[in-house]
Amino acid sequence: MAQTVFAPWNDPQAKPLIQFKNVTKRFGDFTAIDNLSQDIYEREFFALLGPSGCGKTTMMRMLAGFENPTEGQILIAGQDMAGVPPNERAVNMMFQSYALFPHLTVWDNIAFGLKRMNMPKDQLNARVEDMLRLTRLTKFAKRKPHQISGGQRQRVALARSLARAPKLLLLDEPLGALDKKLREETQFELMDIQEKTGTTFVIVTHDQEEAMTVASRVAVMDEGRIMQVATPANIYEEPNSVYVADFIGDVNIIQGKAHKTSADGYDIAWAEGHEPFHAKTSIQLDEGQNAFIAIRPEKISVSPDKPEGAVNAIKGQIVDIAYLGNVSTYHVRIPGGLVIKAQAANTRRLSRRAFTWEDEVWLSWTLTGGSVLSE
Amino acid sequence: MRRLFLISVPYVWLLALFLVPFLIVLKIALSDTALAIPPYIPTLDLSDGWEGIKAFFAELDFENFVFLTEDSLYWKSYLSSLQIAAISTLLTLLVGYPVAYGMAMAPDEWRPTLMMLVILPFWTSFLIRVYSWMGILSQEGFLNQFLLWTGLISEPLMILNTKTAVYIGIVYTYLPFMILPIYAALEKLDGSLLEAAEDLGCSRLKAFWLVTIPLSKSGIIAGSFLVFIPALGEFVIPSLLGGSGTLMIGKVLWEEFFSNRDWPVASAVAVVLLLLLIIPIILFQRNEQKEREKDQ
Repeated sequence: MAQTVFAPWNDPQAKPLIQFKNVTKRFGDFTAIDNLSQDIYEREFFALLGPSGCGKTTMMRMLAGFENPTEGQILIAGQDMAGVPPNERAVNMMFQSYALFPHLTVWDNIAFGLKRMNMPKDQLNARVEDMLRLTRLTKFAKRKPHQISGGQRQRVALARSLARAPKLLLLDEPLGALDKKLREETQFELMDIQEKTGTTFVIVTHDQEEAMTVASRVAVMDEGRIMQVATPANIYEEPNSVYVADFIGDVNIIQGKAHKTSADGYDIAWAEGHEPFHAKTSIQLDEGQNAFIAIRPEKISVSPDKPEGAVNAIKGQIVDIAYLGNVSTYHVRIPGGLVIKAQAANTRRLSRRAFTWEDEVWLSWTLTGGSVLSE
Repeated sequence: MRRLFLISVPYVWLLALFLVPFLIVLKIALSDTALAIPPYIPTLDLSDGWEGIKAFFAELDFENFVFLTEDSLYWKSYLSSLQIAAISTLLTLLVGYPVAYGMAMAPDEWRPTLMMLVILPFWTSFLIRVYSWMGILSQEGFLNQFLLWTGLISEPLMILNTKTAVYIGIVYTYLPFMILPIYAALEKLDGSLLEAAEDLGCSRLKAFWLVTIPLSKSGIIAGSFLVFIPALGEFVIPSLLGGSGTLMIGKVLWEEFFSNRDWPVASAVAVVLLLLLIIPIILFQRNEQKEREKDQ
């Protein structure tokens, strides 16, 4: 059975749950958010990704109501949020430090928000039990936060923030304190819970893998601006700028001058005396304009001889090999001194590896293997 | 061997500086008053050997403790001391908590200065500070002069030599003992807990009540004991500021000792006071113990 693709951002009829309208936030002289506009839709799992200090946490805190925008408007479900305090918003937040109340049991932590809603007692109990079941914490209900593990604490924080059934759940680096394995498990758990509850999630993270795994759309931020918003696949395969390409995953950036060869084909002259690289792109470049080709390492094949019919091929010498288990990354120096990273799956055992240090190899990639960027 | 030595140090300390003096006081409490130096009998005379020791113990009795129950002055003083100590502890808490809270919420660069200001009064002699309160509170004192000048009152208020003056004196003197433990508890408080409480539907005030207060409980308890225990036996403040109308056991003790020169009754008063104090001290230690266990 085919599933319909969830993409309300492509539907002009869809009404966004959250609207940032020309929002600017300044702290003294420092501009944390710079004239930012963005829509986020219901049931989305929206990731704000960026280095520390890029303004992603400020955006989240403005949604929660802990900060007010200096200029512009934030609308949640069509309502202007200016001056609405955190306790009157249908928004809950899961804090980076979890912020569990150390003097209350797991049960009371989860019930904390419900008690503020004046919910009838039996209904409240049922809701807390539901949340405990959802996060598999039933056994730990009577414990205090310091008596459970980090992963369990993280689930208590999640249960507590979901208990009030918010329209919007904000997650501030929710998995930062967990080790890698637990983090990966929890990412899938988060997605599961998001799907089950149908809540809109906005997650802040600096971990691109995490953003790519969980999110329906990723916003890459830098210096208070959103550089690109797209699905994880689009962000990875079609970055709109060198910054985004470089921030998400590993990439080789080759700079050169553009020369148009056909309607959507360009030659990028990257060094004197070498054949230019050929690429297809939908963006329009001027003749002789500075341009970049961004090629992911796994899109480059490594071979001992010049491959037949390869559009782009260049010879180089292996200077370094990073063995990562499932794949190896070869650092290959090409003429002109540029080092290109190429990745190959280790389908054979290590002892039978084809290449080693100092070997001369050919790198090749297709017309669409690299993306052409103008900035 | 080394361990034994290390463990023995605090015990020897306790023995020499607490238990031995206590036993001496207890012995005097069981003796009879006499016109002699020292002013009580019997005194232990080891020259008579075993017979002498037996005779010495035969003369000790609980007469003085019985006397304490017969004269209403004593139990009234104990009760009044408990009341004054309890009320002043509460007042100190009411004044100290906001100060500690303000200190904990102040910007980082201010905190050392604020801490300094709290400790600063200790640099002046305690007696001088209490005497200066006499200058402030007396009928011709600064406070009355100021109030008369502002026109709030037309007659000078009678503050000195009342219980009010004792409360003011105790609150003033013991305030740092209340502020510091509460400040230590509040300073550790993670600000995101308050944000979480607000996020979950609390108003600021409700968040303070449901999060800040419970999490500073250990500081409140520690501070209250640190004020209550010395305030119960306080002697200087009631005798300088409280006048003759204020009954406090510390003052009674002083008078028995120095005015009446009745060392045995004075010692009996002291022993009972110590027994009264041991209860809050044990409670205090239990609280400390619980805190330590929680931190582990």
